Amino acid sequence: MKILVCIKQVPDMESKFKIAASGTWYDSADLAWRMNEYDEYAVEQAVQLKEQVKEADLTVLCIGSERVKETMKKALAMGCDRGAHVADDDCAGKEPYEIAAIIAEYAKDKGFDLIFTGMQSQDRGSAQVGVLAAEMLGIPSISTIVTFSYADGRIEVKRELEGGVKALLKTRTPALVTCQLGLNTPRYPTLPNIMKAKKKELISLPVADLLKVEARMETVKMYFPEKKGGGLVLEGDPGQLADKLIQILKEKTGVLA
Amino acid sequence: MKILLVAEYRDGKLLGSAYELIAFAQKMAADSVMFLAGSEAALPAYDGRLYLADAAVCGEFNPDVHKALLLDVIAREQPEMIAFSHSSYGWDLAPRVAFALRAAQVSEVVDVADGALVVPACNAKLRRNVQVKTAKTVVTLQAGAFGLADAPAGTPAVEKISADAAGKLEFGGYEAAEQGGVDLSKAEVIVSAGRGVGKPENVAMVAALAKALKGEYGASRPVVDSGWVEHKRQVGTTGQSVAPKLYVACGISGAIQHLAGMKKSEFIVAINTDKDAPIGEVADVLVVADLKQFVPLLTEKLQAL
Repeated sequence: MKILVCIKQVPDMESKFKIAASGTWYDSADLAWRMNEYDEYAVEQAVQLKEQVKEADLTVLCIGSERVKETMKKALAMGCDRGAHVADDDCAGKEPYEIAAIIAEYAKDKGFDLIFTGMQSQDRGSAQVGVLAAEMLGIPSISTIVTFSYADGRIEVKRELEGGVKALLKTRTPALVTCQLGLNTPRYPTLPNIMKAKKKELISLPVADLLKVEARMETVKMYFPEKKGGGLVLEGDPGQLADKLIQILKEKTGVLA
Repeated sequence: MKILLVAEYRDGKLLGSAYELIAFAQKMAADSVMFLAGSEAALPAYDGRLYLADAAVCGEFNPDVHKALLLDVIAREQPEMIAFSHSSYGWDLAPRVAFALRAAQVSEVVDVADGALVVPACNAKLRRNVQVKTAKTVVTLQAGAFGLADAPAGTPAVEKISADAAGKLEFGGYEAAEQGGVDLSKAEVIVSAGRGVGKPENVAMVAALAKALKGEYGASRPVVDSGWVEHKRQVGTTGQSVAPKLYVACGISGAIQHLAGMKKSEFIVAINTDKDAPIGEVADVLVVADLKQFVPLLTEKLQAL
Protein backbone atom coordinates (compact mmCIF):
# COMPACT_ATOMS: atom_id res chain seq x y z
CA MET A 1 0.00 0.00 0.00
CA LYS A 2 1.22 3.49 -0.84
CA ILE A 3 0.25 6.34 1.44
CA LEU A 4 0.83 10.09 1.11
CA VAL A 5 0.41 12.65 3.87
CA CYS A 6 0.59 16.35 3.04
CA ILE A 7 1.70 18.76 5.73
CA LYS A 8 2.30 22.48 6.09
CA GLN A 9 4.61 24.42 8.33
CA VAL A 10 2.87 27.36 10.01
CA PRO A 11 3.79 29.92 12.67
CA ASP A 12 2.79 29.20 16.24
CA MET A 13 -0.55 30.98 16.48
CA GLU A 14 0.41 32.52 19.83
CA SER A 15 3.12 34.49 18.00
CA LYS A 16 3.15 38.28 17.85
CA PHE A 17 2.41 38.79 14.18
CA LYS A 18 3.69 41.71 12.13
CA ILE A 19 2.67 42.64 8.62
CA ALA A 20 5.40 42.14 5.99
CA ALA A 21 6.74 45.07 3.98
CA SER A 22 4.73 43.86 0.97
CA GLY A 23 1.55 44.53 2.97
CA THR A 24 0.02 41.32 1.67
CA TRP A 25 1.20 38.71 4.20
CA TYR A 26 2.63 38.43 7.69
CA ASP A 27 6.34 38.93 8.26
CA SER A 28 8.06 35.56 8.53
CA ALA A 29 10.88 36.91 10.72
CA ASP A 30 10.98 36.23 14.47
CA LEU A 31 8.27 33.58 14.41
CA ALA A 32 8.34 30.12 15.95
CA TRP A 33 7.40 27.53 13.32
CA ARG A 34 5.64 24.22 13.80
CA MET A 35 3.57 21.62 12.02
CA ASN A 36 0.05 22.77 11.21
CA GLU A 37 -2.01 21.31 14.04
CA TYR A 38 -4.52 19.54 11.76
CA ASP A 39 -1.66 17.90 9.88
CA GLU A 40 -0.34 16.30 13.07
CA TYR A 41 -3.56 14.26 13.15
CA ALA A 42 -3.11 13.45 9.46
CA VAL A 43 0.43 12.20 10.01
CA GLU A 44 -0.63 10.15 13.04
CA GLN A 45 -3.49 8.51 11.13
CA ALA A 46 -1.22 7.74 8.17
CA VAL A 47 1.34 6.15 10.50
CA GLN A 48 -1.38 4.12 12.26
CA LEU A 49 -2.60 2.86 8.89
CA LYS A 50 0.93 1.87 7.91
CA GLU A 51 1.30 0.00 11.20
CA GLN A 52 -2.03 -1.74 10.61
CA VAL A 53 -1.39 -2.96 7.07
CA LYS A 54 2.33 -3.68 7.68
CA GLU A 55 3.35 -3.62 3.99
CA ALA A 56 3.15 0.08 3.30
CA ASP A 57 5.26 2.95 2.10
CA LEU A 58 4.44 6.33 3.59
CA THR A 59 5.60 9.57 1.99
CA VAL A 60 5.29 12.98 3.65
CA LEU A 61 5.05 15.95 1.30
CA CYS A 62 5.64 19.56 2.28
CA ILE A 63 5.95 22.72 0.20
CA GLY A 64 8.17 25.58 1.30
CA SER A 65 11.66 26.92 1.87
CA GLU A 66 14.58 25.02 3.45
CA ARG A 67 13.02 25.93 6.79
CA VAL A 68 10.13 23.46 6.40
CA LYS A 69 12.52 20.51 6.45
CA GLU A 70 12.57 20.79 10.24
CA THR A 71 8.83 20.10 10.32
CA MET A 72 9.23 17.28 7.78
CA LYS A 73 11.79 15.68 10.09
CA LYS A 74 9.19 15.59 12.83
CA ALA A 75 6.83 13.72 10.48
CA LEU A 76 9.64 11.31 9.60
CA ALA A 77 10.35 10.81 13.30
CA MET A 78 6.63 10.09 13.87
CA GLY A 79 6.90 7.24 11.36
CA CYS A 80 6.80 8.44 7.75
CA ASP A 81 9.24 6.53 5.53
CA ARG A 82 10.38 9.23 3.12
CA GLY A 83 10.04 12.93 2.54
CA ALA A 84 9.25 14.84 -0.65
CA HIS A 85 10.15 18.49 -0.17
CA VAL A 86 8.79 20.82 -2.83
CA ALA A 87 11.29 23.65 -2.70
CA ASP A 88 9.49 26.97 -2.93
CA ASP A 89 10.58 30.20 -1.26
CA ASP A 90 7.28 31.86 -2.15
CA CYS A 91 4.95 29.22 -0.74
CA ALA A 92 3.11 31.74 1.46
CA GLY A 93 2.02 33.67 -1.61
CA LYS A 94 0.40 30.68 -3.25
CA GLU A 95 -3.34 30.25 -3.06
CA PRO A 96 -5.07 26.93 -2.30
CA TYR A 97 -5.68 26.11 -5.97
CA GLU A 98 -1.94 26.32 -6.72
CA ILE A 99 -1.01 24.27 -3.65
CA ALA A 100 -3.56 21.57 -4.56
CA ALA A 101 -2.27 21.54 -8.15
CA ILE A 102 1.30 20.96 -6.91
CA ILE A 103 0.15 18.05 -4.73
CA ALA A 104 -1.94 16.53 -7.53
CA GLU A 105 0.92 16.87 -10.02
CA TYR A 106 3.26 15.14 -7.60
CA ALA A 107 0.78 12.37 -6.78
CA LYS A 108 -0.78 11.71 -10.17
CA ASP A 109 1.44 8.87 -11.40
CA LYS A 110 2.55 7.43 -8.07
CA GLY A 111 -0.46 5.23 -7.31
CA PHE A 112 -1.17 6.34 -3.76
CA ASP A 113 -3.97 4.29 -2.21
CA LEU A 114 -4.67 6.88 0.46
CA ILE A 115 -3.85 10.54 0.83
CA PHE A 116 -4.18 12.32 4.16
CA THR A 117 -4.25 16.09 4.67
CA GLY A 118 -5.30 18.38 7.49
CA MET A 119 -8.81 19.80 7.06
CA GLN A 120 -7.33 23.30 6.88
CA SER A 121 -4.20 25.23 7.73
CA GLN A 122 -4.06 27.43 10.80
CA ASP A 123 -2.81 30.48 8.93
CA ARG A 124 -4.84 30.53 5.69
CA GLY A 125 -7.69 28.36 6.88
CA SER A 126 -9.25 27.87 3.45
CA ALA A 127 -10.22 24.21 3.96
CA GLN A 128 -9.85 23.74 0.19
CA VAL A 129 -6.53 22.07 -0.58
CA GLY A 130 -7.34 18.43 0.21
CA VAL A 131 -10.71 18.37 -1.52
CA LEU A 132 -9.32 20.25 -4.54
CA ALA A 133 -6.38 17.87 -4.89
CA ALA A 134 -8.77 14.89 -4.85
CA GLU A 135 -10.94 16.50 -7.53
CA MET A 136 -7.84 17.06 -9.67
CA LEU A 137 -6.83 13.41 -9.20
CA GLY A 138 -10.38 12.19 -9.83
CA ILE A 139 -10.57 10.24 -6.57
CA PRO A 140 -13.22 10.38 -3.82
CA SER A 141 -12.57 12.64 -0.86
CA ILE A 142 -14.12 12.98 2.57
CA SER A 143 -13.43 16.10 4.59
CA THR A 144 -13.34 16.81 8.32
CA ILE A 145 -13.02 13.22 9.54
CA VAL A 146 -12.97 12.42 13.26
CA THR A 147 -12.73 8.63 13.02
CA PHE A 148 -11.02 6.44 10.43
CA SER A 149 -10.86 2.74 9.70
CA TYR A 150 -9.54 0.77 6.75
CA ALA A 151 -10.11 -2.81 5.61
CA ASP A 152 -9.76 -4.52 2.21
CA GLY A 153 -9.60 -1.43 0.04
CA ARG A 154 -12.48 0.31 1.78
CA ILE A 155 -12.50 3.09 4.32
CA GLU A 156 -15.14 3.92 6.88
CA VAL A 157 -15.09 7.31 8.57
CA LYS A 158 -17.19 9.66 10.59
CA ARG A 159 -17.15 13.27 9.50
CA GLU A 160 -17.90 16.01 11.95
CA LEU A 161 -20.92 18.23 11.45
CA GLU A 162 -22.11 21.15 13.54
CA GLY A 163 -23.43 20.64 17.07
CA GLY A 164 -21.46 17.45 17.73
CA VAL A 165 -23.41 15.42 15.15
CA LYS A 166 -21.40 13.05 12.96
CA ALA A 167 -22.10 11.57 9.54
CA LEU A 168 -21.03 8.02 8.73
CA LEU A 169 -19.43 7.57 5.33
CA LYS A 170 -17.75 4.82 3.37
CA THR A 171 -15.80 4.75 0.14
CA ARG A 172 -13.22 2.76 -1.79
CA THR A 173 -9.55 3.51 -2.17
CA PRO A 174 -7.82 5.30 -3.75
CA ALA A 175 -9.26 8.13 -1.71
CA LEU A 176 -8.30 11.30 0.12
CA VAL A 177 -9.39 12.31 3.60
CA THR A 178 -8.94 15.63 5.40
CA CYS A 179 -8.38 15.33 9.14
CA GLN A 180 -10.12 17.27 11.90
CA LEU A 181 -8.70 17.93 15.38
CA GLY A 182 -9.36 15.11 17.82
CA LEU A 183 -9.17 12.35 15.18
CA ASN A 184 -6.52 10.54 17.23
CA THR A 185 -3.73 11.35 19.67
CA PRO A 186 -0.66 12.42 17.71
CA ARG A 187 2.42 10.71 19.11
CA TYR A 188 5.52 12.49 20.32
CA PRO A 189 8.59 11.35 18.41
CA THR A 190 10.92 9.34 20.65
CA LEU A 191 14.63 10.09 20.72
CA PRO A 192 15.61 6.84 18.88
CA ASN A 193 13.03 7.66 16.19
CA ILE A 194 14.35 11.21 15.89
CA MET A 195 17.82 9.76 15.33
CA LYS A 196 16.48 7.26 12.78
CA ALA A 197 14.60 10.01 10.95
CA LYS A 198 17.88 11.76 10.17
CA LYS A 199 18.83 8.85 7.91
CA LYS A 200 15.54 8.71 6.03
CA GLU A 201 15.27 9.85 2.42
CA LEU A 202 14.31 13.51 2.07
CA ILE A 203 14.45 14.66 -1.52
CA SER A 204 13.87 18.19 -2.79
CA LEU A 205 11.95 18.91 -5.98
CA PRO A 206 11.88 22.38 -7.55
CA VAL A 207 8.37 23.81 -7.43
CA ALA A 208 8.64 24.87 -11.08
CA ASP A 209 8.55 21.18 -12.08
CA LEU A 210 5.18 20.67 -10.40
CA LEU A 211 3.33 23.97 -10.63
CA LYS A 212 1.56 24.15 -13.98
CA VAL A 213 -1.39 26.42 -13.16
CA GLU A 214 -1.83 30.11 -12.47
CA ALA A 215 -3.33 31.70 -9.38
CA ARG A 216 -7.02 32.49 -9.58
CA MET A 217 -6.98 35.08 -6.82
CA GLU A 218 -4.56 37.20 -4.87
CA THR A 219 -4.26 38.76 -1.46
CA VAL A 220 -4.16 42.53 -1.97
CA LYS A 221 -3.83 43.51 1.67
CA MET A 222 -3.24 41.93 5.07
CA TYR A 223 -3.94 43.82 8.26
CA PHE A 224 -5.04 43.60 11.88
CA PRO A 225 -8.80 43.75 12.39
CA GLU A 226 -10.12 46.89 14.03
CA LYS A 227 -10.88 46.39 17.69
CA LYS A 228 -14.62 46.49 17.98
CA GLY A 229 -16.82 47.00 21.00
CA GLY A 230 -14.12 48.67 23.03
CA GLY A 231 -14.34 46.34 26.00
CA LEU A 232 -12.61 47.41 29.17
CA VAL A 233 -9.02 46.20 29.47
CA LEU A 234 -7.81 45.63 33.05
CA GLU A 235 -4.11 45.32 33.77
CA GLY A 236 -2.04 45.36 36.92
CA ASP A 237 -1.78 43.56 40.25
CA PRO A 238 -3.92 40.37 40.21
CA GLY A 239 -5.38 41.03 43.69
CA GLN A 240 -6.56 44.51 42.74
CA LEU A 241 -7.80 43.19 39.40
CA ALA A 242 -9.95 40.64 41.19
CA ASP A 243 -11.52 43.34 43.41
CA LYS A 244 -12.16 45.51 40.40
CA LEU A 245 -13.75 42.67 38.44
CA ILE A 246 -16.04 41.77 41.35
CA GLN A 247 -17.12 45.41 41.52
CA ILE A 248 -17.91 45.38 37.79
CA LEU A 249 -19.83 42.11 38.05
CA LYS A 250 -21.92 43.60 40.88
CA GLU A 251 -22.72 46.70 38.84
CA LYS A 252 -23.20 45.20 35.38
CA THR A 253 -24.59 41.71 35.97
CA GLY A 254 -27.14 40.21 38.33
CA VAL A 255 -25.15 37.10 39.05
CA LEU A 256 -23.68 38.16 42.40
CA ALA A 257 -27.04 39.24 43.83
CA MET B 1 -24.75 40.77 -10.29
CA LYS B 2 -26.51 37.48 -9.71
CA ILE B 3 -25.63 35.17 -6.81
CA LEU B 4 -26.62 31.53 -6.47
CA LEU B 5 -27.27 30.84 -2.78
CA VAL B 6 -26.71 27.25 -1.69
CA ALA B 7 -29.02 26.54 1.26
CA GLU B 8 -28.62 23.53 3.53
CA TYR B 9 -30.86 20.80 4.79
CA ARG B 10 -30.10 18.20 7.41
CA ASP B 11 -32.07 15.43 9.02
CA GLY B 12 -35.32 16.61 7.47
CA LYS B 13 -34.86 20.27 8.36
CA LEU B 14 -33.90 23.43 6.51
CA LEU B 15 -30.95 25.11 8.25
CA GLY B 16 -31.37 28.72 9.36
CA SER B 17 -28.16 29.69 7.60
CA ALA B 18 -30.31 30.12 4.45
CA TYR B 19 -31.28 33.53 5.86
CA GLU B 20 -27.62 34.47 6.27
CA LEU B 21 -27.12 33.74 2.58
CA ILE B 22 -30.08 35.97 1.73
CA ALA B 23 -28.62 38.71 3.96
CA PHE B 24 -25.34 38.43 2.03
CA ALA B 25 -27.15 38.88 -1.30
CA GLN B 26 -28.91 41.93 0.17
CA LYS B 27 -25.59 43.37 1.35
CA MET B 28 -24.14 42.83 -2.14
CA ALA B 29 -27.26 44.46 -3.65
CA ALA B 30 -27.39 41.46 -5.96
CA ASP B 31 -30.14 39.42 -7.57
CA SER B 32 -30.28 35.91 -6.24
CA VAL B 33 -31.57 32.45 -6.92
CA MET B 34 -31.39 29.58 -4.46
CA PHE B 35 -30.45 25.91 -4.56
CA LEU B 36 -31.60 23.39 -1.99
CA ALA B 37 -31.22 19.65 -1.82
CA GLY B 38 -34.08 19.26 0.62
CA SER B 39 -37.80 18.84 0.73
CA GLU B 40 -40.91 20.71 -0.30
CA ALA B 41 -42.09 20.38 3.28
CA ALA B 42 -39.24 22.59 4.54
CA LEU B 43 -38.79 25.58 2.27
CA PRO B 44 -37.34 28.94 3.31
CA ALA B 45 -39.32 32.18 3.29
CA TYR B 46 -37.81 33.57 0.11
CA ASP B 47 -39.32 35.48 -2.77
CA GLY B 48 -37.04 34.24 -5.52
CA ARG B 49 -36.57 31.19 -7.68
CA LEU B 50 -35.54 28.07 -5.81
CA TYR B 51 -34.11 25.01 -7.53
CA LEU B 52 -35.13 22.06 -5.40
CA ALA B 53 -33.63 18.60 -5.56
CA ASP B 54 -35.40 15.97 -3.47
CA ALA B 55 -33.02 14.92 -0.70
CA ALA B 56 -34.93 11.64 -0.39
CA VAL B 57 -33.60 10.84 -3.88
CA CYS B 58 -30.26 12.66 -4.15
CA GLY B 59 -29.25 12.27 -0.51
CA GLU B 60 -28.68 14.91 2.17
CA PHE B 61 -24.92 14.49 1.99
CA ASN B 62 -23.79 13.33 -1.41
CA PRO B 63 -21.19 15.78 -2.70
CA ASP B 64 -20.73 14.31 -6.19
CA VAL B 65 -24.45 14.38 -6.92
CA HIS B 66 -25.02 17.79 -5.33
CA LYS B 67 -22.13 19.10 -7.42
CA ALA B 68 -23.74 17.78 -10.60
CA LEU B 69 -27.08 19.36 -9.63
CA LEU B 70 -25.42 22.68 -8.89
CA LEU B 71 -23.49 22.71 -12.14
CA ASP B 72 -26.75 22.20 -13.98
CA VAL B 73 -28.37 25.14 -12.17
CA ILE B 74 -25.27 27.29 -12.78
CA ALA B 75 -25.38 26.50 -16.51
CA ARG B 76 -28.99 27.66 -16.62
CA GLU B 77 -28.72 30.74 -14.43
CA GLN B 78 -25.16 31.89 -15.16
CA PRO B 79 -24.59 33.52 -11.75
CA GLU B 80 -21.37 35.48 -11.27
CA MET B 81 -21.10 34.23 -7.72
CA ILE B 82 -22.01 31.03 -5.89
CA ALA B 83 -22.36 31.43 -2.11
CA PHE B 84 -22.20 28.64 0.46
CA SER B 85 -22.11 28.79 4.24
CA HIS B 86 -18.66 28.06 5.66
CA SER B 87 -20.05 24.92 7.29
CA SER B 88 -19.30 21.22 7.15
CA TYR B 89 -21.57 21.04 4.08
CA GLY B 90 -20.30 24.22 2.44
CA TRP B 91 -16.56 23.84 2.87
CA ASP B 92 -16.82 20.30 1.52
CA LEU B 93 -18.92 21.07 -1.55
CA ALA B 94 -17.57 24.50 -2.51
CA PRO B 95 -14.10 23.38 -3.71
CA ARG B 96 -15.67 20.63 -5.83
CA VAL B 97 -17.92 23.16 -7.56
CA ALA B 98 -15.15 25.77 -7.88
CA PHE B 99 -12.83 23.26 -9.50
CA ALA B 100 -15.46 22.18 -12.02
CA LEU B 101 -16.19 25.83 -12.88
CA ARG B 102 -12.51 26.83 -13.06
CA ALA B 103 -13.48 29.50 -10.58
CA ALA B 104 -11.58 31.00 -7.67
CA GLN B 105 -12.89 30.10 -4.24
CA VAL B 106 -12.65 32.52 -1.35
CA SER B 107 -13.25 30.78 1.98
CA GLU B 108 -14.87 32.12 5.16
CA VAL B 109 -15.75 35.58 3.91
CA VAL B 110 -16.58 37.94 6.79
CA ASP B 111 -17.08 41.20 4.92
CA VAL B 112 -16.86 42.99 1.60
CA ALA B 113 -14.72 46.14 1.51
CA ASP B 114 -13.05 48.23 -1.21
CA GLY B 115 -14.25 45.80 -3.86
CA ALA B 116 -12.44 42.94 -2.16
CA LEU B 117 -13.64 39.96 -0.16
CA VAL B 118 -12.43 40.07 3.45
CA VAL B 119 -11.36 36.83 5.13
CA PRO B 120 -9.67 36.02 8.45
CA ALA B 121 -6.16 34.59 8.78
CA CYS B 122 -4.11 33.11 11.63
CA ASN B 123 -6.96 32.20 14.00
CA ALA B 124 -8.72 35.50 13.28
CA LYS B 125 -5.73 37.50 14.51
CA LEU B 126 -5.33 38.95 11.03
CA ARG B 127 -7.52 39.86 8.08
CA ARG B 128 -6.89 39.60 4.34
CA ASN B 129 -8.51 41.38 1.43
CA VAL B 130 -8.72 39.07 -1.56
CA GLN B 131 -9.28 39.87 -5.20
CA VAL B 132 -10.45 37.26 -7.66
CA LYS B 133 -9.20 36.90 -11.24
CA THR B 134 -11.83 34.53 -12.61
CA ALA B 135 -15.20 35.29 -14.22
CA LYS B 136 -17.10 33.36 -11.58
CA THR B 137 -16.38 33.37 -7.87
CA VAL B 138 -17.26 30.74 -5.28
CA VAL B 139 -17.47 31.97 -1.69
CA THR B 140 -18.14 30.39 1.67
CA LEU B 141 -19.49 32.77 4.31
CA GLN B 142 -18.48 32.73 7.94
CA ALA B 143 -21.43 31.86 10.19
CA GLY B 144 -23.00 35.00 11.61
CA ALA B 145 -20.83 37.44 9.64
CA PHE B 146 -23.67 38.86 7.57
CA GLY B 147 -26.50 38.56 10.08
CA LEU B 148 -29.93 37.33 9.13
CA ALA B 149 -32.07 38.66 6.29
CA ASP B 150 -34.41 41.49 7.26
CA ALA B 151 -37.94 40.19 7.61
CA PRO B 152 -37.65 37.13 5.39
CA ALA B 153 -40.92 36.63 3.57
CA GLY B 154 -42.41 35.21 0.44
CA THR B 155 -42.88 31.84 -1.11
CA PRO B 156 -40.16 30.66 -3.45
CA ALA B 157 -40.93 29.81 -7.05
CA VAL B 158 -39.91 26.18 -6.88
CA GLU B 159 -38.32 24.47 -9.84
CA LYS B 160 -37.70 20.77 -9.26
CA ILE B 161 -34.45 19.30 -10.51
CA SER B 162 -32.81 15.91 -10.50
CA ALA B 163 -29.51 14.38 -11.61
CA ASP B 164 -28.40 11.09 -13.12
CA ALA B 165 -25.01 11.25 -11.43
CA ALA B 166 -23.96 8.59 -8.94
CA GLY B 167 -21.90 9.48 -5.89
CA LYS B 168 -18.59 7.94 -4.91
CA LEU B 169 -19.45 8.03 -1.22
CA GLU B 170 -21.83 5.81 0.69
CA PHE B 171 -23.76 7.69 3.38
CA GLY B 172 -24.56 5.62 6.45
CA GLY B 173 -26.68 8.05 8.43
CA TYR B 174 -26.03 10.35 11.36
CA GLU B 175 -24.72 9.76 14.82
CA ALA B 176 -26.33 12.06 17.38
CA ALA B 177 -24.20 14.26 19.61
CA GLU B 178 -23.16 12.71 22.91
CA GLN B 179 -25.90 13.19 25.42
CA GLY B 180 -24.76 14.12 28.88
CA GLY B 181 -26.20 15.38 32.11
CA VAL B 182 -24.82 18.87 31.55
CA ASP B 183 -27.07 21.27 29.68
CA LEU B 184 -24.92 24.37 29.51
CA SER B 185 -27.64 26.27 27.67
CA LYS B 186 -29.60 26.48 30.94
CA ALA B 187 -26.74 27.76 33.09
CA GLU B 188 -26.80 31.45 34.04
CA VAL B 189 -23.06 31.54 34.52
CA ILE B 190 -20.49 29.58 32.52
CA VAL B 191 -16.77 29.62 33.20
CA SER B 192 -14.79 27.98 30.41
CA ALA B 193 -11.27 26.65 30.25
CA GLY B 194 -9.15 27.13 27.14
CA ARG B 195 -5.74 25.97 26.04
CA GLY B 196 -4.25 28.60 28.35
CA VAL B 197 -4.99 26.44 31.39
CA GLY B 198 -1.82 24.60 30.37
CA LYS B 199 -2.43 21.22 32.00
CA PRO B 200 -5.36 19.01 33.01
CA GLU B 201 -4.91 19.64 36.76
CA ASN B 202 -5.69 23.31 36.22
CA VAL B 203 -9.20 22.57 34.98
CA ALA B 204 -10.11 22.19 38.67
CA MET B 205 -9.46 25.87 39.37
CA VAL B 206 -11.79 26.83 36.53
CA ALA B 207 -14.44 24.48 37.90
CA ALA B 208 -13.96 26.02 41.36
CA LEU B 209 -14.51 29.52 39.98
CA ALA B 210 -17.66 28.30 38.23
CA LYS B 211 -18.88 26.90 41.55
CA ALA B 212 -18.12 30.16 43.37
CA LEU B 213 -20.24 31.95 40.75
CA LYS B 214 -22.97 29.28 41.11
CA GLY B 215 -22.52 28.28 37.50
CA GLU B 216 -21.26 25.46 35.31
CA TYR B 217 -17.87 25.04 33.79
CA GLY B 218 -17.23 24.49 30.10
CA ALA B 219 -14.27 24.23 27.79
CA SER B 220 -13.01 25.13 24.35
CA ARG B 221 -12.25 22.54 21.73
CA PRO B 222 -8.50 22.04 22.30
CA VAL B 223 -9.14 21.25 25.97
CA VAL B 224 -11.80 18.68 25.02
CA ASP B 225 -9.65 17.18 22.26
CA SER B 226 -6.85 16.76 24.81
CA GLY B 227 -9.24 14.75 26.96
CA TRP B 228 -9.05 17.15 29.92
CA VAL B 229 -12.78 17.90 29.87
CA GLU B 230 -15.59 15.74 28.47
CA HIS B 231 -17.19 16.70 25.14
CA LYS B 232 -20.59 17.42 26.69
CA ARG B 233 -19.05 20.56 28.22
CA GLN B 234 -17.62 21.88 24.93
CA VAL B 235 -18.74 25.36 23.90
CA GLY B 236 -18.61 26.28 20.23
CA THR B 237 -19.94 25.26 16.83
CA THR B 238 -19.15 21.60 17.33
CA GLY B 239 -20.28 21.66 20.96
CA GLN B 240 -23.03 23.65 22.62
CA SER B 241 -24.11 27.18 21.79
CA VAL B 242 -24.73 29.16 24.93
CA ALA B 243 -25.96 32.62 25.95
CA PRO B 244 -25.67 32.87 29.75
CA LYS B 245 -25.90 36.06 31.82
CA LEU B 246 -22.17 35.82 32.46
CA TYR B 247 -19.51 34.00 30.46
CA VAL B 248 -15.96 33.87 31.76
CA ALA B 249 -13.36 32.71 29.24
CA CYS B 250 -10.18 31.53 30.96
CA GLY B 251 -7.18 31.21 28.66
CA ILE B 252 -9.33 31.02 25.53
CA SER B 253 -7.80 32.78 22.53
CA GLY B 254 -11.14 33.06 20.77
CA ALA B 255 -11.13 30.92 17.63
CA ILE B 256 -14.15 31.76 15.52
CA GLN B 257 -15.73 28.37 16.22
CA HIS B 258 -15.65 29.15 19.92
CA LEU B 259 -16.88 32.73 19.55
CA ALA B 260 -19.81 31.51 17.46
CA GLY B 261 -20.94 29.40 20.40
CA MET B 262 -20.77 32.07 23.14
CA LYS B 263 -20.76 35.61 21.75
CA LYS B 264 -24.47 36.08 22.47
CA SER B 265 -23.76 35.88 26.21
CA GLU B 266 -25.05 38.94 28.05
CA PHE B 267 -21.75 39.78 29.72
CA ILE B 268 -18.36 38.38 28.74
CA VAL B 269 -15.19 38.42 30.83
CA ALA B 270 -11.96 37.17 29.27
CA ILE B 271 -8.90 36.29 31.29
CA ASN B 272 -5.86 36.06 29.05
CA THR B 273 -2.18 36.90 29.06
CA ASP B 274 -2.40 37.98 25.41
CA LYS B 275 -3.97 41.41 25.10
CA ASP B 276 -4.36 40.91 21.34
CA ALA B 277 -6.21 37.59 21.54
CA PRO B 278 -9.37 37.65 19.38
CA ILE B 279 -11.50 36.90 22.46
CA GLY B 280 -10.93 40.59 23.29
CA GLU B 281 -13.21 41.46 20.35
CA VAL B 282 -16.28 40.12 22.09
CA ALA B 283 -15.29 40.62 25.74
CA ASP B 284 -16.89 43.35 27.87
CA VAL B 285 -13.94 43.08 30.21
CA LEU B 286 -10.52 41.70 29.33
CA VAL B 287 -8.39 40.91 32.37
CA VAL B 288 -4.77 40.74 31.26
CA ALA B 289 -3.38 38.22 33.71
CA ASP B 290 -2.05 34.70 34.12
CA LEU B 291 -5.16 32.70 34.89
CA LYS B 292 -3.25 30.29 37.12
CA GLN B 293 -2.57 33.20 39.46
CA PHE B 294 -5.72 35.23 38.90
CA VAL B 295 -8.46 32.59 38.93
CA PRO B 296 -7.73 31.16 42.41
CA LEU B 297 -7.49 34.71 43.81
CA LEU B 298 -10.82 35.68 42.28
CA THR B 299 -12.44 32.47 43.51
CA GLU B 300 -11.23 33.10 47.06
CA LYS B 301 -12.57 36.66 47.04
CA LEU B 302 -15.92 35.53 45.66
CA GLN B 303 -16.23 32.85 48.34
CA ALA B 304 -15.59 35.50 50.99
CA LEU B 305 -18.46 37.71 49.78
